[in-house]
Amino acid sequence: MAAGQSAELVCPAGTPAALRAAVEAGAHAVYCGFRNETNARNFPGLNFSEAELADGVAFAHARGARVFVTVNTFARAGAVELWQRAVDAAAGAGADAILAADLAVLDHAATQHPDLRLHLSVQAAAGTPEAIGFYAETFGIKRAVLPRVLSVEEIAKLNSEIDVETEVFVFGGLCVMAEGRCALSSYATGKSPNLTGVCSPPSHVDYIEEDGVMTAKLGGFTIDRFEAGEPAGYPTLCKGRFIANGCASHLFEDPVSLNAAELLVSLYRAGACAFKIEGRQRGKAYVAQVVSAFRAAVDSLDDDEAAAAVAERLAALSEGGRQTAGAYQKVWR
Amino acid sequence: MARVELALGPCFFNWPADDMADFYARIADEAPVDRVYLGEVICGKRMPFSDPIWPGLIERLERAGKTVVVSMLALPTTVRERKAMQELAGLDRAVEINDFSAIAARADRPSVAGPFLNIYNEVALAALAKRGIECWCPTVELPLSSITAMARACPKVEVELFAFGRLPLAVSGRCTHARLHGLNKDSCGFVCEQDPDGMEVSTLDERAFLAANGIQTLSAGVQCVLMTTEALQDAGIRRLRLSPQAVDMVAAARFYRALLDGELTPAETESCLSELSLPGEPCNAYLNGEPGWQNVAV
Repeated sequence: MAAGQSAELVCPAGTPAALRAAVEAGAHAVYCGFRNETNARNFPGLNFSEAELADGVAFAHARGARVFVTVNTFARAGAVELWQRAVDAAAGAGADAILAADLAVLDHAATQHPDLRLHLSVQAAAGTPEAIGFYAETFGIKRAVLPRVLSVEEIAKLNSEIDVETEVFVFGGLCVMAEGRCALSSYATGKSPNLTGVCSPPSHVDYIEEDGVMTAKLGGFTIDRFEAGEPAGYPTLCKGRFIANGCASHLFEDPVSLNAAELLVSLYRAGACAFKIEGRQRGKAYVAQVVSAFRAAVDSLDDDEAAAAVAERLAALSEGGRQTAGAYQKVWR
Repeated sequence: MARVELALGPCFFNWPADDMADFYARIADEAPVDRVYLGEVICGKRMPFSDPIWPGLIERLERAGKTVVVSMLALPTTVRERKAMQELAGLDRAVEINDFSAIAARADRPSVAGPFLNIYNEVALAALAKRGIECWCPTVELPLSSITAMARACPKVEVELFAFGRLPLAVSGRCTHARLHGLNKDSCGFVCEQDPDGMEVSTLDERAFLAANGIQTLSAGVQCVLMTTEALQDAGIRRLRLSPQAVDMVAAARFYRALLDGELTPAETESCLSELSLPGEPCNAYLNGEPGWQNVAV
């Protein structure tokens, strides 16, 4: 982190255009991945080639921003070289840090590129001093991205017991399940974040209209239904409606997204040194808008009134969807 | 041909302590399993109820000739859960690690890597073998081709395949049982006790899909891996794990033992198991790298 900077704003870059938009909008750092199964947003039309990454790093560095490269899926047995090569390529492109979760990837980065910063990806779901301590002692991680299961109080306690930096998600998509510990998607489709870098993949989605009712299916399972005129949402498995105990509901989570804008000051005081925005699948216009609003918020962390004004501006960015502060508030559990 | 062993995995569900004690007493006396895992894996709030029964049950199971392994929490979060984990990790007996939190506290003593640990390749498995992992139950979504490749690369680690029971698919910071009942995790009233096989979760068109168990989500389908001893040994599997459900687990263990001993064919075993009133349809397709709910020829 640069001297005098209060907290680092870490922003998504699904494409080179989004990387440039994020940097120009004030991102202190961007994160991005290669166009293959080594990164946890392995969707068609997204991500970077090695040459694009090198260009992106040059662009960011020229403007004082850092680039973190996600090699954060779990290497397939017998094909670990593909993940090791991704780490080597990121180092070669001048990346400022690698984000990883798999022991094989962390080990390769730590032993082959000891001078390159290593951040523990949220896919490792390390939320205790003991787990973070294990990765710090074994691989020398400098930062852990915290799983979205901890309250602000727990984050403060955690930070008092560890000596690596912590990064927390503050905006965007919200996993209900502990990240990296969820196989719901592969149960329905055969593909999952840990196996293939995708969750609820578009290739397995069907929308079927019958008598004016739109049914959204994933892998043949009905995830939700929408009446005529109601906008049909994407069938993300954990945000679907299901029947339990005779009652139909959004059993695991409502179709909400995370917005912790109003908690930035609390999270900062709890010791989080970096705020992460989710959304590598988002376009450059959205990225620019969210990043510039959050940059203003981060710049006014020590000024409660200015922070409140920014929080209002951020609340307007949810594209009409509902928002939650998630596990940061204990009642979410 | 060496014998493929049977293990009874840890019970994921919130059974009343008396029922739990009766269950393990019967396992000790009657079930043809070589190894028994016990201990709370899902929710630290349940521990005060079950903790008092374990010492007596461990003794009884060991007297019956079973190897006993104490299983640890999959998602320790609270101070109490972390303290419990430290204590268990310090035990001078085999434990099952289900979160990387416990690795350092275990200090390289012999341990089992449970299905909640993310170990997807031979390099990760070898790294943990150096830290004392002697036995590994793969995460359930891992295909058999990967498991076999890893078993060959790490021949010193015993591979124990999750062969029977609802599949553990996810854990969360949030309690699904509490949420459905309009409660939250910190004041849950232990409503998960109402569902000894997990709470059925169906799609809006009433197709069985998942099962909720506190902070855990399982499959509605019941994993039934029905491979012969020869096929298992070819795949590098040394032991099958049967995960407790609220069915006659002694009978289930006997059917599996008969399958492994060549007394029942896979088809006969499937037919026997189907008479136990399983909570869901049989499934196994994760082993082929296909959607886990499907039931295919493995």
